Amino acid sequence: MDEIAMISFGYFEKQLLDAVTMRTEQAFSARISWKEGFLDLGDYYDPSRRQYDGNRILKVIDERFGVSKGKTIGLLSIDLFIPILTFIYGQAFLNGRSCIASNYRLSNERYGLLPDETLMHNRFIKEIIHELGHTYGLIHCSHPDCVMRSSTYVEDIDQKGEDFCPNCKSNLIHFPE
Amino acid sequence: MVKQISILIVDDEESVRDSLFNWFIEDGYRVECAEDAKQALTRLESSEFDIVLADIKMPGMDGLEMLRRIKSLRKDSIVIVMTAFATVDTAVQALKDGAFDYVTKPFDPDDLSHLIRNASKQIHLEDENETLKVHLSSLENVENLIGNSEAMRRVYGEIERVAHSAAPVIITGESGTGKELVAKAIHANSPRKFFPMVSVHCGALTESLLESELFGHEKGAFTGAMYNRKGRFEMADNGTIFLDEIATISTKMQVELLRVLETKSFMRVGGNREISSDFRVICATNKDLKSMVEAGSFREDLYYRLNVVTIEVPPLRERLEDVPVLVDFFIRKYCSAMNRTVIPIDDAALIKLQDLTFPGNIRELENMIERALVVGNGKRITVKDLPFIKDSQGSSVESLDELEKGHILNILIKYSWNISAAAKALKVDRVTLYNKIRKYDLKSPR
Repeated sequence: MDEIAMISFGYFEKQLLDAVTMRTEQAFSARISWKEGFLDLGDYYDPSRRQYDGNRILKVIDERFGVSKGKTIGLLSIDLFIPILTFIYGQAFLNGRSCIASNYRLSNERYGLLPDETLMHNRFIKEIIHELGHTYGLIHCSHPDCVMRSSTYVEDIDQKGEDFCPNCKSNLIHFPE
Repeated sequence: MVKQISILIVDDEESVRDSLFNWFIEDGYRVECAEDAKQALTRLESSEFDIVLADIKMPGMDGLEMLRRIKSLRKDSIVIVMTAFATVDTAVQALKDGAFDYVTKPFDPDDLSHLIRNASKQIHLEDENETLKVHLSSLENVENLIGNSEAMRRVYGEIERVAHSAAPVIITGESGTGKELVAKAIHANSPRKFFPMVSVHCGALTESLLESELFGHEKGAFTGAMYNRKGRFEMADNGTIFLDEIATISTKMQVELLRVLETKSFMRVGGNREISSDFRVICATNKDLKSMVEAGSFREDLYYRLNVVTIEVPPLRERLEDVPVLVDFFIRKYCSAMNRTVIPIDDAALIKLQDLTFPGNIRELENMIERALVVGNGKRITVKDLPFIKDSQGSSVESLDELEKGHILNILIKYSWNISAAAKALKVDRVTLYNKIRKYDLKSPR
C-alpha cells in the first residue's frame, strides 16, 4: 500500500483534517500519515506581490519533508503565486514525490459571499487529490467531472467531482486495484 | 490522432522557466526550455516546436530580434512574447513582426491556458486544412474506372475484395492501362478514404530526391534544403501511399523501404527523430517483379512484403469492347475542357479504333481523341481525324504541312501544352513553335 505523508503548515480544523484523510485514503487506496511542519514562511514572501512563492516552498518541502517511499503533500493557508501567474491553488512535481495545496483562496468570504465551510472543505479536498494526482503522473484532463480537470476559479472547482474519471484512474501510476 | 503540441520556453529567469515548464507539462504539452535567444535559435535549428513562448527582455539578443529571426526561418511558426514591462510600442512592434500574441507577466492562470489553447487550435486547424487540401486534390483527380468488359469486371471484384483491408497491393499492367486509377479506387473505397492518398512516381526521381520525397528532410540536410520538409510517408498518415513504378527504385531505397514497411516509422533525411506514420502502401509496376527477384535486381524480402495482393490491369487490346464507352468518356471530358458542345464519333471511326492494338493502351486512345477534337471540323469525329488509323491503313498521302501539324500537335499533347518543353523536344525555339501554332490554328484544350 502506498503511503501519503500530509504535512500541515499552520492551523487546520480537526474536522477538515479527518475529511481530508478519509477522502484521500479512498482516492488513492493509500495509508495517510500526518505531521506538523515548521517553515519560516517569511523567507518565501514577496512584498511586491504580497504573496508567497509556490515554487520555492514546494522545493523546500520536497527537500526537507519528502518521504523516501510514497508521496508528500504540504498543506498551507497562504496566498501562493509562481512568477508567471497571478495566483495558484497548489503546485506539484509531475510524477514526482511532493506537492503543495493551499486553502487561502477557497473560502467564499474571499469573494464577498456568505461563508460555507462544507463547500470550502470540499474544494480543498479536491485540490489536494488533484495535486497528488499530478505526483502520480496524471496530467490535466478534459473530462468535466474528473478531479484532474484544470481549475482557475473556485466555481471551476465546484463544477468538478472528487473522483478520477475512468481514463485517469487507469493511468494512475502504481495505482493499486 | 491529435498530435502532441510542443512548446519552447525562452526566458533568462530560471524561476519563470521552471514555472512555465511545470504548468505546461501538467497540461500535457511537450516542453523544453532555453535560457537565452541564442540557445533557443540553436534548439530551433535541430528540432521543431509548435509554439515558442519568449521573454522580450533578455541579455544579449532580445525577444523581438529573436522573433524576427524565427520568422525568417519559419514563416508560419507561432511565437508568443511576454514581458514584465508592457508598453504599447513594444506590443505593436511584436505584433507587426509576426508575433501570435503579446502578454504581460504575471498572467491570470486562465489567460495563459486560453492563450496556448488558441495557439494549439490554430496549429490543429492548419494541420487539418493541409490534410483536407491534399484529400481534396486527390478527390478532384479521381476519375471513374471505365469499362464493362469481363476483364474489367474481374478488376472491380478485386478492388472490392481488397479495399477494406490494410494489406499492401501490387497493381501490375502495361503502361497506360490505368494502374493509378485502380489505386485511387481502392483508396476511395477503403476506410482510409477521408485521409489523403499520396502518390510518388518513383521512376521520375533520382535516388537522393526519392529519399527526400519519401522521408522528408530537415533544414540543412543538403545544399539547398533551406526549410524542414514533410515526407510523403508522413503526409500519408492514416491514408494511402501509392508508389508508382516501384521496380525502378535502387537497391539502397529497397532496403530503406523494407524497413519503413516493417516498422511504420522512419527518420527525415538529416534528422535524428523517429517519425511514425500509419499508412497503407499500394505499388504499381509494368515490369515482372518476380523475374526481377529471380534475376537479383529486386529484393526478395521486399517483394514478399509488398506482394500480399496483386491486381493485374488488362491491356486495352484485351478489352476492345470497352473502346466505345472510353471514347464517349474522353469526348465528353475534352469537349467540356474546351467549352464545346459534345460531338459524336462516326461508326466507321469507332469500328476502326476497335481494330487497333493500342501499344500505349488507354493513354494512347485518350491522346487520339484529344487530338481529333483539336484538328477536326468540330461537328463529328471521322476516320480522317484519326491519322494513326490512316497511317496503319496506308491510305492517302498527307502533305508536308499536314504531317508537320500532326507532329507538332502530338508533341504539344504529350507535353500537356507546355510550350518550353514541347519546343525543346522539337528542337526549335519557343518563338518558332508559337508561329507554327498560329499558322496551323492549334488551340490548347485547357
